[in-house]
Amino acid sequence: MTATTAEPLVVARGLTKSYGATPALREISLDVAPGEILSITGPSGSGKSTLLHCLAGLATPDAGQVTVAGQRLDHLKADDRTTFRRRTIGLVLQFGQLVPELTAVENVALPLLLEGRSRAQAWQAATDWLQRLKVEECAALRPARMSGGQAQRVAIARALVTTPQLILADEPTGALDTVAGDLALEILVGVARVSGAALVIVTHDNRVAGVAEREVVVRDGRIESDGSLA
Amino acid sequence: MSLGTVLLGLLADGPAHGYDLKRLHDERFPAAKALPFGQVYSTLARLERDGLAETVEVAQGAGPERTVYAATATGLEALTVWLTEVEEPAVAAADEMVRKAITSLHRGADAVGYLQRQRAVHMGALRGATARRRAAADLGERIALDHTIAHLDADLRWLEETRERVAAHLQETDRTQGATR
Repeated sequence: MTATTAEPLVVARGLTKSYGATPALREISLDVAPGEILSITGPSGSGKSTLLHCLAGLATPDAGQVTVAGQRLDHLKADDRTTFRRRTIGLVLQFGQLVPELTAVENVALPLLLEGRSRAQAWQAATDWLQRLKVEECAALRPARMSGGQAQRVAIARALVTTPQLILADEPTGALDTVAGDLALEILVGVARVSGAALVIVTHDNRVAGVAEREVVVRDGRIESDGSLA
Repeated sequence: MSLGTVLLGLLADGPAHGYDLKRLHDERFPAAKALPFGQVYSTLARLERDGLAETVEVAQGAGPERTVYAATATGLEALTVWLTEVEEPAVAAADEMVRKAITSLHRGADAVGYLQRQRAVHMGALRGATARRRAAADLGERIALDHTIAHLDADLRWLEETRERVAAHLQETDRTQGATR
């Protein structure tokens, strides 16, 4: 079920994956429409993070395929997949995963520099995003000097600086207290709405899932339910 | 919650008649149930009897006469005391959902199905409250919705944990019965 009738941005078909003898995904199929805000929830070990990693091309399914913005991920070589991901997908992970040696502005500018943008352009865009996320005071700080909430907002800025069509977030507020988490989440959802990006959030936290228009519940590697949150 | 003290909190802003108090209450506590007029008037009568509020004017207009009330000094003192007192946490076992889940187990009804449906309804309510909070311009409305969301979240966690517990219990019962057959 999708929120609109537009061509899906993400099409996943028959995703199956095991870790050793333990099945993580069992023939999962899922569409995500452009601009849709979707949560993937489920108990620990249900397969929800593996599903997100497959959608991002960070994990390769044993069977099945993922198409993002018309591109089959399994048809890309590893390097091309990395480039495609950088251009099309913004990734937000639980602990931000900022580069520890770089300052906030350098971290945010990095994806643009890798795309060949000039240093001046990349710095300007990174500074704008840090302001938008209200962490401009961290611009010259390395991650170790930031609070958890600041680091996560810098990580969100880095995920959004390339204006991706798809934002994939894995427990984006998991390391934050409620107030900092609510703020980071409001910003993430607000930016997705304004830019028209689709947002897929994996979470075990109902309050986080409550921002989505649609909830997919995963249990034992299968989709248990998929529906709009009326 | 004592409605009398809540009305005193409204009267602390200045004298008002019953109709105004009902309107002010519903505006200030949007997440609470709308206040029935009858309850406002009976509460005001009780406050007056106890010396916590007094009649300051009986307004005669085109419509029915309207009694204007004000908080007394004793009433304002009682309000101050109430504002410093902590409330007893609510007892979750009294909740209808708990009674229903327990009764389902006793009756052999589909408790897991009920818990799943109840979760979907709760998630819908949580989403609605989250959207209203995002749109809320007023701090009072925002913190009232924070409270609603926190309670829905607690109920949701209970619904999910109970579902796991009940499912494990039913599986264990099946296994035991299978072994004895």
